[in-house]
Amino acid sequence: MDLAFTKEEVAFREEVRAFFRDNVPPDTRRKMQEGRHLSKDEMVTWWRILNKKGWGVSHWPKEYGGTGWTSVQHYIFNEELQAYPAPQPLAFGVSMVGPVIYTFGNEAQKKQYLPRIANVDDWWCQGFSEPGSGSDLASLRTKAERKGDKWIINGQKTWTTLAQHADMIFCLCRTDPSAKKQMGISFIVFSMKSKGVTVRPIQTIDGGHEVNEVFFDNVEVPIENLIGEENKGWDYAKFLLGNERTGIARVGVSKERIRRIKELASKVESGGRPVIEDPAFREKLSACEIELKALELTQLRVVADEGKHGKGKPNPASSVLKIKGSEIQQTTTELLMEVIGPFAAPYDVHGDDGSNEAMDWTAQIAPSYFNNRKVSIYGGSNEIQRNIIAKAVLGL
Amino acid sequence: MDFDLSEEQRLLKESVDGLLTDAYDFEQRKKYMKEKGGWSKAVWSKLAEQGLLGLPFAEADGGFGAGGVETMIVMEALGKALVLEPYLATVVIGGGFLRHGGSAEQKAAHIPGIIDGSKTLAFAQLEKNSRYDLFDVTTTAKKKGDGWVIDGEKFVVLNGENADTLIVTARTKGERRDKNGIGVFLVPANAKGISKKGYPTQDGLYAADISFTGVEVGSDAAIGNPEDALALIERVVDEARVALCAEAVGAMDESLKETVEYIKTRKQFGVAIGSFQSLQHRASDMFVAAEQARSMSMFATMATDFEDAKERANAIAAAKVQIGKSLKFVGQQAIQLHGGIGMTMEAKIGHYFKRLTMIENTFGDTEYHLRRVADAGGLI
Repeated sequence: MDLAFTKEEVAFREEVRAFFRDNVPPDTRRKMQEGRHLSKDEMVTWWRILNKKGWGVSHWPKEYGGTGWTSVQHYIFNEELQAYPAPQPLAFGVSMVGPVIYTFGNEAQKKQYLPRIANVDDWWCQGFSEPGSGSDLASLRTKAERKGDKWIINGQKTWTTLAQHADMIFCLCRTDPSAKKQMGISFIVFSMKSKGVTVRPIQTIDGGHEVNEVFFDNVEVPIENLIGEENKGWDYAKFLLGNERTGIARVGVSKERIRRIKELASKVESGGRPVIEDPAFREKLSACEIELKALELTQLRVVADEGKHGKGKPNPASSVLKIKGSEIQQTTTELLMEVIGPFAAPYDVHGDDGSNEAMDWTAQIAPSYFNNRKVSIYGGSNEIQRNIIAKAVLGL
Repeated sequence: MDFDLSEEQRLLKESVDGLLTDAYDFEQRKKYMKEKGGWSKAVWSKLAEQGLLGLPFAEADGGFGAGGVETMIVMEALGKALVLEPYLATVVIGGGFLRHGGSAEQKAAHIPGIIDGSKTLAFAQLEKNSRYDLFDVTTTAKKKGDGWVIDGEKFVVLNGENADTLIVTARTKGERRDKNGIGVFLVPANAKGISKKGYPTQDGLYAADISFTGVEVGSDAAIGNPEDALALIERVVDEARVALCAEAVGAMDESLKETVEYIKTRKQFGVAIGSFQSLQHRASDMFVAAEQARSMSMFATMATDFEDAKERANAIAAAKVQIGKSLKFVGQQAIQLHGGIGMTMEAKIGHYFKRLTMIENTFGDTEYHLRRVADAGGLI
């Protein structure tokens, strides 16, 4: 047992850090530190820099453009990226649909989609949740009917993150209405520019526009856009969600936020002294740091253990990552609220393009607190995570 | 980075787990509690036979030269079985002082007896008003000729009534809370001027309040520098804290296991109560708490080798905070999920709860260590 990184791993971390230092556009970094939304251009520009370096789809198999890194290297890369901070690769393309395509797709699909995902030539979004299907995803009702050489798609998706930017969607559709729940679902991809696709923004409580409703009205999709086998979509969805673990604890994000809390708490005054000098505040912050350290170690245990439990059998500790990771992220935003106090109030009205740079960064703290309530809801709510632990780990 | 046990460590774990499975079920434990001194000499001999009492000592001193991971493995196993024998007092703390501060003569005089199981030790540190501050010492050691005269009172000395040798912290100069002027002394338990009042502790162990009145010891009694031993004390107590963290992880694992088994079998309203979601979620939260504790126990184990003493102390304090929070949650919820039966002496679960609770209050509770981390500027 040795928790220290090897010399090679330390050198790798230095290489990654140096690359971020030299290549992340400073404005992108600043906006992320301040909790502002990035424009599509800013994100795509950075991802293409990353892809040019060969790190855009780092965890893919080498033949599709991956790096062949060890799991520890992936961990280091993710942590450093989150902590710098710089935008993580677009999960919907890189972590979700990409692996489904190279695992279950045919040669033509791999050739057509994978390079475009890597270079973000296509912006992908995820068509999973529906108004009536949240935690109970398998109850979804959007249907795809086969008509000649086309699928005809009707229905509605919701919580579709950044669909306003999207060129492509991967969509779970019911293709066999007579089959039971999980059985009659297929995994179909298509262009968001297709006739009959309507995107309606959902404004979240922080005032931002990250998520959308997406409506399908007789959308015609070529038959070859089915990935894998018909009615096997649920298996691919499970595979996809299982791949989502990397970075779900978002330890790097919380580390960066703690750094920021300390920076701000040494500037903002309360009771005639900097907030950081208040012992009660310091203890609260330290308690959060300790939880984060424990989570980081738990994550490292999962990383170091990857593959040792056999494929599809993750380390039982991995279920801890989502619950604790989200709780800690929420605590850090609460602590920022505590630091800023009455100056949390001013609201920076969003422009039409979703940007909000009219006001001082202090105006981002409350929205960031409001926005982070989502992290214990998405990706399988924390209550669903507890169900998973109870069943899969404790055998209840 | 590697969290796996080596082949030898795996074998060690198997052997200590095996020994305790055979020798230390709940019924056997009850018998041991009734033996003289409150623990089993036979079990202690078995621990010695398997080499467990000699693990951390250098090979030159007759030990196995094992490190922190090996102690973690043993302490987790002891925590699982709720072992009563004085491993912490004798091997971890007593042994720690001898290893880190002992002279060649002191090692030769005491280590063989620890390794073969014939001698046990106790650490007389706590005073009426010192609480968790290791430098808060009023017991005095005054120079007399070549030797020392010790006067003062020590409290809740684990294994204090039975130990053959006491390791006593005493002030050789300065005022009550000065960080300088503290020494550590090896004192034969039967020395003239020592009086002991022994009693059982809440968790079934034994401790004693011990008073020292003009107790004379030789010049060879001081471990390390008699005027400046605080760093040594802190180092050894840090290792004791790390050992307690591992013991707590073992006890939490078993508490969770017992609780899950119980709610799978206990039926109410015609079904196993483990089928109720509120109980499932509680058990899941216990699992999360135990895993976070395990991670920090490993972190603390690694931290014992940190070269920077401040960094080491901060990491171990942080671990004690996490373990304290986790053990409180796991312990309390284990009782809650057991319901009425969890309140009884006859069920094992309450005994885990009591041991865990006492671990929190040994060598600094959660609040104490949280303050230390906060004063050090945090951990990240």
